[in-house]
Amino acid sequence: MAKSTQAAAHSPLANRIGPDGNPVALTERAHLGKINLRGDAGDKAFLDGVARAAGVAPPVKANTVATAGTTAILWLGPDEWLVVTPAGGQGAMESSLTTALAGQHVSIVDVTDARTTIRISGPRARDTVAKACPLDLHPREFAAGQCAQTLLAKTDVLIHQVGDTPAYDLYVLCSFSRYLWDWLADSAKEFA
Amino acid sequence: MTQKNRLAEGGRIDRAKPVSFRFDGASYSGFEGDTLASALLANNVHLVSRSFKYHRPRGILTAGAEEPNALVQLRQGARTEPNMRAPQIELFGGLVAESQNRWPSLEFDIGAINNRLSRLIPSGFYYKTFMWPASLWMTYERVIRNAAGLGRGPTEPDPDRYDHRNAWCDVLVAGAGPAGLMAALAAGRSGARVIVADEQSEMGGSLLSDTGEIDGKPPAEWVADALAELAAMPEVTVLPRTTVAGYYDHNFLTMLERVADHLPQPPQNTPRERFWQVRAKQVVLATGAIERPLTFIDNDRPGVMLAGAVRSYANRYAVLPGRKVVVFTNNDSAYHTAIDLAGAGAHVAIVDLRKAPRGAVIDAARAAGIEILDNHAITAVHGAKRVTGISVRNLDESGRGVTGPTRSMACDLVAMSGGWNPTVHLFSQSRGKLRFDDALAAFVPDKSFAAERSVGACKGSMQLAECLKDGALAGAAAARDAGFEAKKVPAIPKVASGTEGAMLPVWVVPSGQKLGRGGKHFIDFQNDVTAADLHLAHREGYVSVEHLKRYTTTGMGTDQGKTSNVTALAILAELQQAPIPAVGTTTFRPPYTPVTFGAIAGRNIGPFMDPARLTAMHDWHVAHGAKFEDVGQWKRPWYYPKGNESMHDAVNREVLATRSSVGMLDASTLGKIDIQGPDSARFLDMIYTNAWSKLPVGACRYGLMLREDGMVFDDGVTTRIAENRFLMTTTTGGAARVLGWLEEWLQTEWPEMKVYCTSVTEQWATIAINGPYARHVLGALTDDDKLGPKDFPFMTMREMTVAGAPARVYRISFTGELAFEVNVPRRHGHAVWEAVWQAGQKFGITPYGTETMHVLRAEKGFIIVGQDTDGTVTPMDLGLDWIVARKKGDFIGRRSFARPDTSREDRKQLVGLLTEDPHAVLTEGAQIVQETRPRPPMKMIGYVTSAYHSPVAGRSIALALVARGRDRIGDTLWVPRLDGGQPIKVTVTEPVFYDKEGVRARG
Amino acid sequence: MFLIDCPWCGPRQQTEFHCQGEAHIARPKDPDALSDEEWANYVFNRTNPKGVHFERWVHNHGCRRWFNVARDTVTDRILAIYRMGEKRPKVKS
Repeated sequence: MAKSTQAAAHSPLANRIGPDGNPVALTERAHLGKINLRGDAGDKAFLDGVARAAGVAPPVKANTVATAGTTAILWLGPDEWLVVTPAGGQGAMESSLTTALAGQHVSIVDVTDARTTIRISGPRARDTVAKACPLDLHPREFAAGQCAQTLLAKTDVLIHQVGDTPAYDLYVLCSFSRYLWDWLADSAKEFA
Repeated sequence: MTQKNRLAEGGRIDRAKPVSFRFDGASYSGFEGDTLASALLANNVHLVSRSFKYHRPRGILTAGAEEPNALVQLRQGARTEPNMRAPQIELFGGLVAESQNRWPSLEFDIGAINNRLSRLIPSGFYYKTFMWPASLWMTYERVIRNAAGLGRGPTEPDPDRYDHRNAWCDVLVAGAGPAGLMAALAAGRSGARVIVADEQSEMGGSLLSDTGEIDGKPPAEWVADALAELAAMPEVTVLPRTTVAGYYDHNFLTMLERVADHLPQPPQNTPRERFWQVRAKQVVLATGAIERPLTFIDNDRPGVMLAGAVRSYANRYAVLPGRKVVVFTNNDSAYHTAIDLAGAGAHVAIVDLRKAPRGAVIDAARAAGIEILDNHAITAVHGAKRVTGISVRNLDESGRGVTGPTRSMACDLVAMSGGWNPTVHLFSQSRGKLRFDDALAAFVPDKSFAAERSVGACKGSMQLAECLKDGALAGAAAARDAGFEAKKVPAIPKVASGTEGAMLPVWVVPSGQKLGRGGKHFIDFQNDVTAADLHLAHREGYVSVEHLKRYTTTGMGTDQGKTSNVTALAILAELQQAPIPAVGTTTFRPPYTPVTFGAIAGRNIGPFMDPARLTAMHDWHVAHGAKFEDVGQWKRPWYYPKGNESMHDAVNREVLATRSSVGMLDASTLGKIDIQGPDSARFLDMIYTNAWSKLPVGACRYGLMLREDGMVFDDGVTTRIAENRFLMTTTTGGAARVLGWLEEWLQTEWPEMKVYCTSVTEQWATIAINGPYARHVLGALTDDDKLGPKDFPFMTMREMTVAGAPARVYRISFTGELAFEVNVPRRHGHAVWEAVWQAGQKFGITPYGTETMHVLRAEKGFIIVGQDTDGTVTPMDLGLDWIVARKKGDFIGRRSFARPDTSREDRKQLVGLLTEDPHAVLTEGAQIVQETRPRPPMKMIGYVTSAYHSPVAGRSIALALVARGRDRIGDTLWVPRLDGGQPIKVTVTEPVFYDKEGVRARG
Repeated sequence: MFLIDCPWCGPRQQTEFHCQGEAHIARPKDPDALSDEEWANYVFNRTNPKGVHFERWVHNHGCRRWFNVARDTVTDRILAIYRMGEKRPKVKS
């Protein structure tokens, strides 16, 4: 039975249906590939190696995102990044990073399943999030292409603004994801 | 009822929209734009409450947030709210309000007897009366509690939504009167992000009650133009009905927005109130000023109002609160009231404490035909439930007494003004220093501490022209300091300039009688504190203003003494013959006006009070009837009752199934940390008490983590995944703490160590298969046939495919049974758990929860950090000496073992306890004594840390920390009971109750 | 609530941070060489000044970096922020 066949995969939000239109939409971007990458941002060999493997060097500027095609590298800390690939891409990314960075002191850890991603978009998306997020989300301070680790409604999130409408990808630990989804849906009710 | 006091025209009410409401059961009508106070006054209702202590009849004193008298019980049922300030309640259709603190009715209140008995209840009455005997305090407390408080809290759950909002801005402007609006315009024009908040429904502040012209326009029109300009600025947020309530560190401010308080009930999903938390680069305070009452005899009678408020009611609300008016003042401002009232058709006389005041406004009053009695004082107020007249006399030469004949004047309204106090509450909260301004006889801002500017009346600028100029300059400067260069300071609007004559501070108006005789000079209207009370406190030796305040309760009502504090301070200064600033100021504490608990809680209620963390298998647990236990934020299955099974029976069944066949546990919540880098083993040598360098790849080892004081901090099994890579597990509750601990050492102490730590707690779902048939179950799910004890020995890890998922399987055991902990990527957790469950059916596999886990581990004597330890327990105390590698060199906490306290011989040590009665399960936390006595004190030598019924032992078992415990093995001790029953007799044992040799786990 | 200028992320609200006690307390290189008193001093004793206090903070809900803060304990004004390993700056309250 289950021995030989691939085990079924479940995303934590598969059973959640959120507000789906104006002024706020919620969707789960399930199973995006995610690699937690640690290395020395001051080491050219490291930056070059990552660029070879991922198509783009990790951003050195705090709280920014570098993208190449479908791959995005999100700044998490001065020596830490999250490499995001389309669903299923994490295995290939992990091996190409491992190859490209062989011999260097780095850490390449597949954390694909640790977090899921909630996409929140629409004209009131910012207001929905800002109710309980200590970050300044004003476009002058936080715009598309920027990311930040912060708190949202008492949960740790990595927030990545992906569009000006605005749209945000919220990376949240799976265990918190239903709570956060429900909180966001409730927060958006006011604007419906 | 007709609105007898409503003027025929004028005001900012909408006469096309009548609104009906009820007060104390009677129906009235007002107009949209009214407040409850203005509508009551329009209906000639002055008596609206009874005072707190003496139950004196009280009327509406003010037109704003400072109101101490007109506090009402607003709305009914679940939405009822006590102590609501009538001048701040916007009128809405169907509004229901009731007066407070009266029985059986406002007109006839039994409690008014207190007024007659007032000699018997002086200040400090409670302190003096209820101190002795101490044993009666409980009785006293009930009496005091019944007498205390004004309104009633709701008894039903609040049906409304409340919400929060975080905001950042360049310039926050608190108050939207002339100064605030100018500041907002100036800052807004620079492109800065501006928030302008005002507590009223309509912005404009004093301008809404003002006459005259600004830039050739009526003030209200100028306000409308300013608001239109602000509304058109995309970066400006205009928030009416929003009180800036608190000013905290680093320009963090809180605001309460009353989103729907002006409606009968909030529209669906609209919050009733919104609590804002704002971080502002710069703050402009434009909070205005609050008029001071004059302290004259019986100054609290309904119909005695503040002059500025009367003007506001007349001009803004088109309500003339009285037809025959005496204006009583020590300054020029009240003359505007007099002139406007006369213009509205009232008969007005002015009693001025000053001698021969001069100036344009005085001339204008005379020209309006108003009689001015200068150098006069009101020496009596006639009428109880409504003023019917006053007596006046001339002030004597000293100004501290009265002389000459008494003249009586009939009147139905007294409009008083004792000067103005700048509203420095927010300034003071921001740590700004105040100074006493002699000309205003009030405290004004002196030195700012925060990035803040005060403008207009709250800074002491009492003239309109000054307010507008202050605002324009400060708004532009604030924007500039926030990084926005205004093109130019906006032109300052033109207004008629006026000069004011000096005011005359008179803190207690003489009545010709001894203070306290013939009537009462009220200072604090809400708490019924009189000038005589302050004199008494002074005579009794109260010197510090803070003591005086608490003793007399001055300023301790819900109004926080907005109308009373400065006067009280001034009287104290007079008594001490000291300058006012030398006596001190009182502390202005946030919030400026009360903030509801609903707003503070926001949506942090119900499921949103605290996040619930769920594992990948949560839905399975729910579907199979699990009861859940909160472990930190995690919801963990506690036990899985079958049918009507009790917890005890379910746990017994789960334990026995696991011991005799096989059980499965969701262990996903254990913390997991990926540790990589060439120095990883060296790092672990420092972090743990045992040695890691020689651990082979693929092997697991139990580790204890200490703090530098030598006490156990966390524990778990760590596995060498590769030469330079380890996977550490931590306790469920310690996951974040341990990662932080590792980072602390790496970042702050050993930055040269090449180690990276990454949390992978949530990457993996963990299914612990425990029991004699565990290998059979695992074998059914994997093609890996090397599961035997030789190929896959105890304390090792293998990677394999389990039920179609890539898995790391650890042969580790927290039950003492043969066990495999299957870790699969979280997405497969549910499917693999289901597959384990299916494969285990033929062995009767039994899912078990945390309670069974606890029993199983306690039977084996395995500790749980935080349950069997409490931060004062060393590894040696736990009997875990074998895990302390004393020879390997240094590690965190090692040096502390040699401290005298840590190596003391009478330390508490972990032991087992067996009760004499095998069915008696001890209470965790219960104290242990060597000798029992009929009652405490007894010498306590330890306490129970874990206690369960053990199904395999067929009796109760317990773990305990007992002084010199290991020396006492075999001894009899006692565990007294909280319920007073007979102490329980116990025998001290080794802390292992099952399979002492540990053969089962290795099989 | 403080506004803390994380050396990497810039100004963030205090809720994202934790204070982790006094800064510049180095772990003794050779603990065994210390007397009990010296060791206890390292483990337990901390200054509690009225005025400038040097303390460690961690941006635990952000970039997870540790850094040092000089804070006036009277006014809660933050006088300096500097990275781990950097020298204690000269500041006045």
